[in-house]
Amino acid sequence: MRVVVVGASLAGVRTIQALRRLGCDAQVTLIGREPGIACDRPPLSKGFLSDPDATARPLLGPEDLAKLEVTPLLGRSATDLAPDGQTVGTDTGERIGYDALVIATGSTPRLLPGLEPRPGVQVLRTAADAARIKAALSARARVVVVGGGFIGAEIASTGRRMGCPVTVIEPLPALMIRGLGPALSQAMTRRHLLAGTDLRLCVGVAALEAGAAGHELAVRLTDGSTVPADLVVVAAGAMPETGWLRGSGLDASDGVLCDGRLAAVGVPGVYAAGDVARWHHPSYAEPVRMEHWTSAIEHAGVVAANLCGQGRTHDSLPYVWSDQLGGRLQIFGRVQPDDDVHYVMGDATSDAFVAIAGHADRLNAVVGFAAVRELLPYRKLLLDSAPLSAALGLAGTSA
Amino acid sequence: MRVKVDLDVCQGHGVCHMSAPEVFELSPEDGHSIVLVDPVPPELRDAAQLGVDSCPERAISAE
Repeated sequence: MRVVVVGASLAGVRTIQALRRLGCDAQVTLIGREPGIACDRPPLSKGFLSDPDATARPLLGPEDLAKLEVTPLLGRSATDLAPDGQTVGTDTGERIGYDALVIATGSTPRLLPGLEPRPGVQVLRTAADAARIKAALSARARVVVVGGGFIGAEIASTGRRMGCPVTVIEPLPALMIRGLGPALSQAMTRRHLLAGTDLRLCVGVAALEAGAAGHELAVRLTDGSTVPADLVVVAAGAMPETGWLRGSGLDASDGVLCDGRLAAVGVPGVYAAGDVARWHHPSYAEPVRMEHWTSAIEHAGVVAANLCGQGRTHDSLPYVWSDQLGGRLQIFGRVQPDDDVHYVMGDATSDAFVAIAGHADRLNAVVGFAAVRELLPYRKLLLDSAPLSAALGLAGTSA
Repeated sequence: MRVKVDLDVCQGHGVCHMSAPEVFELSPEDGHSIVLVDPVPPELRDAAQLGVDSCPERAISAE
């Protein structure tokens, strides 16, 4: 069997490792756009930025890659997929044949018009990006973060802790609202305000201008105000990397649409894993796409098992964490927009809290801040698909 | 197979316990991972490996 993996980051690398561990002796080709294997990304927006001794950890060393008996085609991009002939084209003109294809091209930072990367304007994706942001933070740069999602909030928080003046510009009314829902995102937003972050909510960027008074840049907002900046970090989310699949017949409207086994819908022999996969998770009515570290590694295990004919579905509880404001924010499950939120330990302003989110007696998510241990019993209820009332009962409160 | 958790590196994400509850428990004191079966019997090897792979901090090693 010939397996072609496109994407040399977490999901792709872990798929190959899992395949070999399952005893699969397929001929494996790994196509990756970067000249090497990617590094482990979660630390890049977390400890790496503030720890002067931290270095980026590669997912695999060259000797690990050799042990996996992979044909690496690194520094080459996949340009198209021809499902009828079962080949992938590359930017060096080759056509690589496959019996099974794993799409693990991940996602790339969303760029905003007028804020394309250049000196002083930065996205955060690679170790080199993170090193530039780290250098600026260490030099007490005046930082403007465009986008108040998890990555933006982490960078803002780290900047504040390192003594930088930080402004966050977010078009929605609160930080991290997509991941936390309205109530919890408001509570976390207040904490960022208390940490001294200048928040500009419900507003966008109109233009980037030359700065004045010792700052290189100035960011003009849609409300007419201007914010000086030495460094602008664009953290406006990520887009699944599916441009190369245009014309392939795959549904790649928001990631590659897959069934519960992570097999691409309508095209046999093709799987997707990681940020690029949108799949039918049995807990959710609509197909979901997640940009979580844990989803990527779980996808890798499921895809490898299915390449070995095991017929596994992916149904794990989603988990994402974010280090900010001196604590760890942990989200198990998914907070839905119409969920009621109940604090079961602490409250919106306490140093630590555990909150549960749910609707109509369905427990959807457990969220903890600086409460790694305290959230465990609630997480167990969520894993056991217990109702919301059981979690409230555990907390000794009534619905 | 033997599985070890480096408690200086473990951050209490608890993903190992979600992936392989037969092999990893979490300490009620601090949420850190505790290996339940050492050495790991052959029938739990795959589960243990899942737990090792699932650690975001790479705190778990197998040999």
